Amino acid sequence: MTQQLSFRVNGEIQDISAPANTPLLYVLRNDLQLKAAKFGCGLGQCGACSVLMDGRRTLSCETPLWACEGKSITTLEGLGTADHLNVLQKAFIFEQAAQCGYCVPGILISAQALIDQNPKPSEAEICAALDANLCRCGTHVRFVRAVLRATGQLTETAPV
Amino acid sequence: MSNGITTLPPTLKANLLIGRWIDFSSNGVVTLRPGKVEIGQGIVSAIAQIAVEELDIRYERVRTLRVDTTISPNEGSTSGSRSVQEGGESMRQVCAEVRALFLQAAASKLGLDIDSLQIIDGRFQTADGSVGVTYWELAQTVDLQVQANGHARPKSVSTFHTVGRSLPRLDILAKVTGGAFIQDIELPGMLHARVVRPPSFKAWLLELDDAPIRQMPGVCDVVRRGSFLGVIALREEQAINAMEALAKACVWKEQPTLPTPEAVHSYLCAQKSEDELLCDISTPLIESESLELQATFTRPYLAHASIGPSCALAWSKGTQLEIWSHSQSIYALRDEIAKLLDRSPDTVVIRHAEGSGCYGHNGADDAAFDAALLALAAPGRPVRVQWMRDDEFAWEPLGPAMVVKLNAKVTREGRVASWHEEIWGNRHIGRAGRFPGPGLLAAWHFEPDTPVPLPADMPLSMGGGSQRNAVPYYDFAVKHVVNHAIQAMPIRVSALRALGAYINVFAIEMFMDEMAIAAGVDPIAFRLRHLSDARAIGVIQTVARMANWQPSEQGNGSQGRGFAFARYKNIGNYAAVIAEVSIDHAVRVTRIYAAVDCGCIVNPDGVLNQIQGGLIQATSWALKEQVKHDTTRITSRDWEDYPILTFSEVPELKIELINQPQEESLGVGEGVTGPIAAAIGNAVFNAMGIRVRDLPLTPERLMTAMND
Repeated sequence: MTQQLSFRVNGEIQDISAPANTPLLYVLRNDLQLKAAKFGCGLGQCGACSVLMDGRRTLSCETPLWACEGKSITTLEGLGTADHLNVLQKAFIFEQAAQCGYCVPGILISAQALIDQNPKPSEAEICAALDANLCRCGTHVRFVRAVLRATGQLTETAPV
Repeated sequence: MSNGITTLPPTLKANLLIGRWIDFSSNGVVTLRPGKVEIGQGIVSAIAQIAVEELDIRYERVRTLRVDTTISPNEGSTSGSRSVQEGGESMRQVCAEVRALFLQAAASKLGLDIDSLQIIDGRFQTADGSVGVTYWELAQTVDLQVQANGHARPKSVSTFHTVGRSLPRLDILAKVTGGAFIQDIELPGMLHARVVRPPSFKAWLLELDDAPIRQMPGVCDVVRRGSFLGVIALREEQAINAMEALAKACVWKEQPTLPTPEAVHSYLCAQKSEDELLCDISTPLIESESLELQATFTRPYLAHASIGPSCALAWSKGTQLEIWSHSQSIYALRDEIAKLLDRSPDTVVIRHAEGSGCYGHNGADDAAFDAALLALAAPGRPVRVQWMRDDEFAWEPLGPAMVVKLNAKVTREGRVASWHEEIWGNRHIGRAGRFPGPGLLAAWHFEPDTPVPLPADMPLSMGGGSQRNAVPYYDFAVKHVVNHAIQAMPIRVSALRALGAYINVFAIEMFMDEMAIAAGVDPIAFRLRHLSDARAIGVIQTVARMANWQPSEQGNGSQGRGFAFARYKNIGNYAAVIAEVSIDHAVRVTRIYAAVDCGCIVNPDGVLNQIQGGLIQATSWALKEQVKHDTTRITSRDWEDYPILTFSEVPELKIELINQPQEESLGVGEGVTGPIAAAIGNAVFNAMGIRVRDLPLTPERLMTAMND
């Protein structure tokens, strides 16, 4: 059952040996110790496990390992780190866009996928792109502002 | 204050040793050990901000430790929007006393007068800064292993420079860069576990042949005790595969113990109840002609629906059992687990780690006990238990369904002449450690028919539970309110954000609207003539101004606006809201105005964040949310069956905060939840002329109300 698979994660080639139907999420979190993608539902309904696969937002909880062969995966850790925050992460901190923060990595990934395609999304486009990510704390308005800020569409220097 | 001695806040009185709260052992850093836990509300940062204020240090110098039963003060639960009031006030007094102790030590070391010293970022120095000494230089000489005594007085509001500012939260960097949660903890040699829960509340495991499952790849053990069933494996996906196989192999005995969904509310009203007279004021007006109105309001069972299902880790090390949990009640959890395992609390350590937002009592504590049971079966190895999505939806304690019946008279002149109210439902607080019976889920499954303790309420003077906000805050001549706390619990329930306030305020504020309209008075003017509290009037006038509210304004058939007000718990924050709705087949909330007075604001942006969250979450409750079940099982077990508000459905929010620096800081997370639901209900009436009194306000409910 165990297979050897090879794919890129955050730019580095990883050789993984695991059953081919193992969801990518568990390989990222447990084998590669990349903890940003979260288990939320395991059903592809909440977006907490989002990663980029060849630049497209992908739900890692329902992506089997075999589907990753030869692909390039980017997790939140690949977008930026505490020492080198990317523009979205900076904007999220500026807007204090988190309550519990559990959904935040998935939101950041969806937002990145959006702005890669559409560098100046409107508020409605941001909402549409984030509709597949659930947030329970009610931080939505801050997330939207943070994406607007990251894309240079907010000029005030003070949050809210 | 009396005789120059500051009255100690209750959670400090319970943990007098100053050294339990704070230390200076790390150079240039102040280490705080609050007893309140971070549940996404920013509380740890707010407490740090209060400490910074009292100690006169830079915010960057603060390090806060997570609650841990080996090192932290026991401040009880982190709940009920009481964390700034309790944890913040205790830390304030601790820091005031610490500051006084150090000031004295500094003066004596420098040979100067206390009055000649000022503190600049932790350095006690003369006005020109030429002579000085820091907290850390003095730390060896100042004994913090002393009891708080109230001799030091916290700073007066007029000198605040840190409290009242929007400082950034301490926890956000970790949350935007990756692993900040209990789910992300990796312990050496960690095993992965899952539990297999019964399919329904009273189900019993009759038969299980686990031999084939024990042969599955990676499976280390299958643990069974009665109907409690768990599996431990080397890898996470192996544990999930084994869990699925176990679930298929189980033969359960199930009983249809639930009322039909349609009959839930009549079921509640028919149960044997403990009846409690909450208010009985009778000062009859001179009888004038009046209209009598009556109405019944209901709420469904609601889920906390944390995005991240509950998780825990446990490690059995010799005689010691270490547990990591996102519980809101770390010490009570320790004591309950010790009780259920029949061991001394000294042998159980609980360490808090952040979970996904919980908004009350979710599966956190139960998962911790699951982890404990499984770790005891794998001594020496840490075991991580992760609940699956359907574990959380089916087994978390739900927010109780409730019924409110109202009957009131309003005079032709537009004054409420009498108000009679009855409420029905379970009490709301089922947290472990409050009852002699077992308080954690797994323990109910050890033996068949184990009685599950009924939840309790706090007394009304402390904010209540089911009866929270049941007594209208208005001045009525006759006010009679009765709580019927039912003595059956067909579905497991416990605390969900705002407890009974959500339905009680919804009912009162919808009914106030009905009476205002019946009397031909503008709904806001009608409230104002029944209020004498200036702060209540303040938030109402503010929100009316923000929204440019017009007296007796009318909706247009598909769009409308509604108002509502409450003082949370009748002793907490004041919130007035106006909701704008647009209705086609469903109700859409397009904009919300809110004015909130929560006393002295510690961190304005933090307060705003909590209010935004409360408004959006309660909008989601009011429009969409209800737990589904049949007569045996909970049937809403994923996000398709339990939808919540999405980004495109979130309204625009306009919020004003009324700061009251001289007043006590009041919690803020929950206060808007009742008013927003009622304001939406009133807006629907304003738009369409129909009253939907059963939550949630779904398209089906609109249709039913239109046809009535």
